[in-house]
Amino acid sequence: MPLIRFIQHDGAEQEVHVAPGTSVMHAAIDNGVSGILADCGGACSCATCHCYVDEAWQEKTGEADEVEQQMLEFVMDYQPNSRLSCQVKVGDELDGLVVRLPKSQI
Amino acid sequence: MSNEHAVIVGASHASAQLAATLRQSGWEGNISLVGEEAIPPYHRPPLSKGYLAGEKHSDELLIRPATFYEKTGIDLVLGTRVTAVDPRNKTITLHDGGSIPYGKLALTTGARVRKLDLPGHDQEGVFYLRDLNDVDRIRGFIGPGKSAVIIGGGYIGLETAASMRKLGMEVTVLEALPRVLQRVTAPEVSAFYSRVHGEEGVNIITDAAVQALEGDGTVKGVQLADGNRVAADLVVIGVGVLPDTDLAETAGLEVDNGIVVDEFARTSDPDIVAAGDCTNHYNPIYERRLRLESVQNATDQAKTAANTLCGKLENYHALPWFWSDQYDLKLQIAGLSQGFDRVVVRGSADSGRSFAAFYFCGDRLLAVDAVNRPKEFMAVRRALTQGQSADPVKLADESVDIQQAFTQ
Repeated sequence: MPLIRFIQHDGAEQEVHVAPGTSVMHAAIDNGVSGILADCGGACSCATCHCYVDEAWQEKTGEADEVEQQMLEFVMDYQPNSRLSCQVKVGDELDGLVVRLPKSQI
Repeated sequence: MSNEHAVIVGASHASAQLAATLRQSGWEGNISLVGEEAIPPYHRPPLSKGYLAGEKHSDELLIRPATFYEKTGIDLVLGTRVTAVDPRNKTITLHDGGSIPYGKLALTTGARVRKLDLPGHDQEGVFYLRDLNDVDRIRGFIGPGKSAVIIGGGYIGLETAASMRKLGMEVTVLEALPRVLQRVTAPEVSAFYSRVHGEEGVNIITDAAVQALEGDGTVKGVQLADGNRVAADLVVIGVGVLPDTDLAETAGLEVDNGIVVDEFARTSDPDIVAAGDCTNHYNPIYERRLRLESVQNATDQAKTAANTLCGKLENYHALPWFWSDQYDLKLQIAGLSQGFDRVVVRGSADSGRSFAAFYFCGDRLLAVDAVNRPKEFMAVRRALTQGQSADPVKLADESVDIQQAFTQ
């Protein structure tokens, strides 16, 4: 099962194992990782699951589609490696993925 | 606070958030979440969309998996209806006669459907759509080629119509008012949704007065007051919801179009908070009391309520926002448009499927309905949160970047 390492804004870390195909958002919600709200439950409608994909993993996670990109432009503290975590699915190739969380979602 | 028993009544978006935030904020006592349905709190919005269409399994609807509650020491008391609250003895009474004592109580009882007392309403094939059980029963009546009549042209009705149309059904929407979404949107937006539903093959009848539901024990059609009749294999009624305040009333709490709460989600009883669709609360952005039916309000107010119970008083100060998915239309709404006197459209609502309608009252930007325009939605949500307004001329001009349109 792929492992995801979440790093909070204050540096606190949490590692979780998830079934392949799970979104980074669900990995956080299902395991009580705070900092991801995901109000819309993964419909790409709310932009409250903003995260930063570690630069070393950016290529493997792929790029945001147009809808996601338009929403990302207005999240708090946008960075080039910003993603909506509901849109990042974790397969075996992302085993060890490192995700950082922003200070605030809205 | 730390070792008291916190009891949350109503399994919902609000309760799932409230329980999780209690633990995150350091609540050390027992937490019990009491729900009438047999499954843990789940996402309701997909019920009229992906779940109705059979694209999602009920396990995928859970807000958090059952293991989350186990790991965090939250006791799920499911399949259990609460019949009364006794604030003097600080206990709740259950349907089987049992009772649970509480130190602090949170009411997240939500809303229940408004019922229509039509002749023939108690037949097979007549449904409301609020919970998982409703949709499971509806799914036994749907299928390609079957005819559905939806009574009510609000968001639930239109989402249901879109889902059923996608399944290859004949769908008619009956709206009592002159236009769909009349209570919540501008005429331009109503006309857009009527057009798209027409293009998708839905028959929308406005100014419709339903006289009776016909059938022989199983519904067969809908009789209108003008003499017309619409055949139906099933009827779904979606004419709004009412706040579920029965328990609050048994507790003697102040109720006025919802359970009255203050800016910290406290009810009129110092040991009882409330959050979500069931509350009537003050919104400082719009400077009036509101009752909202939304996931945003359920989750945000639940955080406030949980923090209040943990002794951290933080004003509930959130911008309302909503979404609705129909066909390929992603509608995102930021703010509340009620009270608008002017609408500015960016893009075209008359053709195509992408535009944003901005609502103003005088010079003040109130809200946006953004269809397939996530950028406009996000920009307005941020601007309204920061107390900004906007220049209507710039908003309407697509050659001007949306970010240039906002003013202090």
